[in-house]
Amino acid sequence: MLSVTELDFSYNNREILNQVHFGLKPGKILAILGPNGVGKSTLLRCINAIHPPRTGTIIVDGEEVLALEKHEIAKRVGYVPQRSEAGRLTAYDAILLGRKPHIGWNVGEKDRRVVESVIRKLGLEELALRHINEMSGGELQRVAIARALVQEPKLLLLDEPTSSLDLKKQLEILRTVRQVVEDNNVSAVITMHDLNLALRFADNYIFLKDGKVFAHGGDEIVVPETIEQVYGVATSVEKFNGFHVVIPHE
Amino acid sequence: MSFTRKETNGVECEPLALAYSGYIKKKMAFMVISSILLFLLLIYSISVGATNIAFTDVILSLFGYDQSSASTIIWNIRLPRALVAIVAGVGLSVSGVALQSILRNPLGSPYTLGISHACAFGAAFSVIVLGSGTMRSTGADAIMLNNPYMTTTVSFCFSLLATFTLIAIAKYRNSSPEVMILTGVALASLFTAGTMFLQYFADDVQLAAVVFWTFGDVGRADWNDLTILFILTVPAVFYFFMNRWNYNAIDAGDETAKGLGVNVEKVRLWGMLIASLVTAFIVSFLGVIGFVGLVCPHMARRFVGDEQRFLLPASCLTGALLLLGADTAARLMLAPHELPVAILTAFMGAPLFLYLLIRGYQH
Repeated sequence: MLSVTELDFSYNNREILNQVHFGLKPGKILAILGPNGVGKSTLLRCINAIHPPRTGTIIVDGEEVLALEKHEIAKRVGYVPQRSEAGRLTAYDAILLGRKPHIGWNVGEKDRRVVESVIRKLGLEELALRHINEMSGGELQRVAIARALVQEPKLLLLDEPTSSLDLKKQLEILRTVRQVVEDNNVSAVITMHDLNLALRFADNYIFLKDGKVFAHGGDEIVVPETIEQVYGVATSVEKFNGFHVVIPHE
Repeated sequence: MSFTRKETNGVECEPLALAYSGYIKKKMAFMVISSILLFLLLIYSISVGATNIAFTDVILSLFGYDQSSASTIIWNIRLPRALVAIVAGVGLSVSGVALQSILRNPLGSPYTLGISHACAFGAAFSVIVLGSGTMRSTGADAIMLNNPYMTTTVSFCFSLLATFTLIAIAKYRNSSPEVMILTGVALASLFTAGTMFLQYFADDVQLAAVVFWTFGDVGRADWNDLTILFILTVPAVFYFFMNRWNYNAIDAGDETAKGLGVNVEKVRLWGMLIASLVTAFIVSFLGVIGFVGLVCPHMARRFVGDEQRFLLPASCLTGALLLLGADTAARLMLAPHELPVAILTAFMGAPLFLYLLIRGYQH
């Protein structure tokens, strides 16, 4: 469970986020939407205190994140940044790195068990012993998500997990996230650009505008008026095959 | 969230666990073979030279069962020299690995940060300005500085100056790797200019002494120097090994590392400080030994990959093997004359590095 209250963040005296306030239940996905540069990624990094906010409280699973040590936060919050580097190491080792917050002096039996379980769960067995510097963008993204999962987090933060992926891979990745969230009853916060993907996979939405929460809620807030005010684009929102679909007019 | 349910203990999981164990065993095999090679090379290195000593005598002497005259040569000349080569090789190579990770740059090495250049300037300053460098010739080929301790001390002081300048600027700019590298380049250039300035005003003898100093040579150190180098290098290796997961995390990208709870800036600054200090000690005692810190980590990468748990120890081994091998070759090539090992490491290092690049090095 996640609850963020009155979060302010500024960088070099410039206010980026102002009084951001929202909550999220376990087993649910929240999509953070809004134009480029509005502070979507910054908000994710505030939640796991990579950028400690100026004021505000962030509660994950009943604990105040800002009061925790860095590695304690990493035991509770898994973070998949937009890009990660790929050296000459196997996917297994890259995923094992996610156990870092839990590992004492050496890798234990449990660490390997968790890693192998996540590998199976995400269907990465074939890739496990391949070097990640020889992998495609989609494969690498699945490895990065697996790395976050072996942290055994209560909350997953994903920064544009589908950017630079083709349509099929976009759907695969988000389906994986959806399944993980439901199976393990964790929460996930995902920044996204594609409104239609968000409508398909998320339960809740936040529209950020000028550093503030412009709208927060379920499918009912994704309406043409909101989209026009946030993105400045006229759209229609139609229902198709049980999903809401956003169609730009331009 | 927990994945430790009963299915994970099921049969389906076995092949993966087995395959991974097999993969780990291959890396361990590399370590074991390298260690054996290193031991054999050590025995060989001690046995060959102006007087050849039988392998069995070397082993007997090392374990204290032989008190003959050969034993004196072994214990006073060849063993300390070989051990210095091993310790310096380990120190330079492990610093190189750490810096490649910290600076996020495959070209990272103890040379990148300008520490060696600062040491060379310090030596020049000591010889030319403080007058520690009248040469005296002892025997056929050995030229000695008349006050090596002063030269070493001054050289070390200047490398400390360079190190703390680096740290101060890096800290001011949030430990950005780019800033670290560029500061290193600037410092290297500054100290090189300083050295050239001093050399311009030096007389022949001083000039010869300065140039002689810059030819890094492991034969320069005695048991006392070896003890000091050993006492400093071992904790540094231990420190880097303690941080292996931090370096793995940084290798995966700063954002990923921060998400895993790593204090990236702090790890960078401390790693840079320790690597610089180790380099400063080695260079101020032995002179400039290039390429070991760059090539040996890349050799190790070819065999064990980029995973730091294996890369760090593997680099220690390749560093020790390369420097000891190079020094042994340097002693034998022009016998009875000895070539400073630094000339050979640069000669061997460059083609070896090109070979690794052509064979498909990927970082």
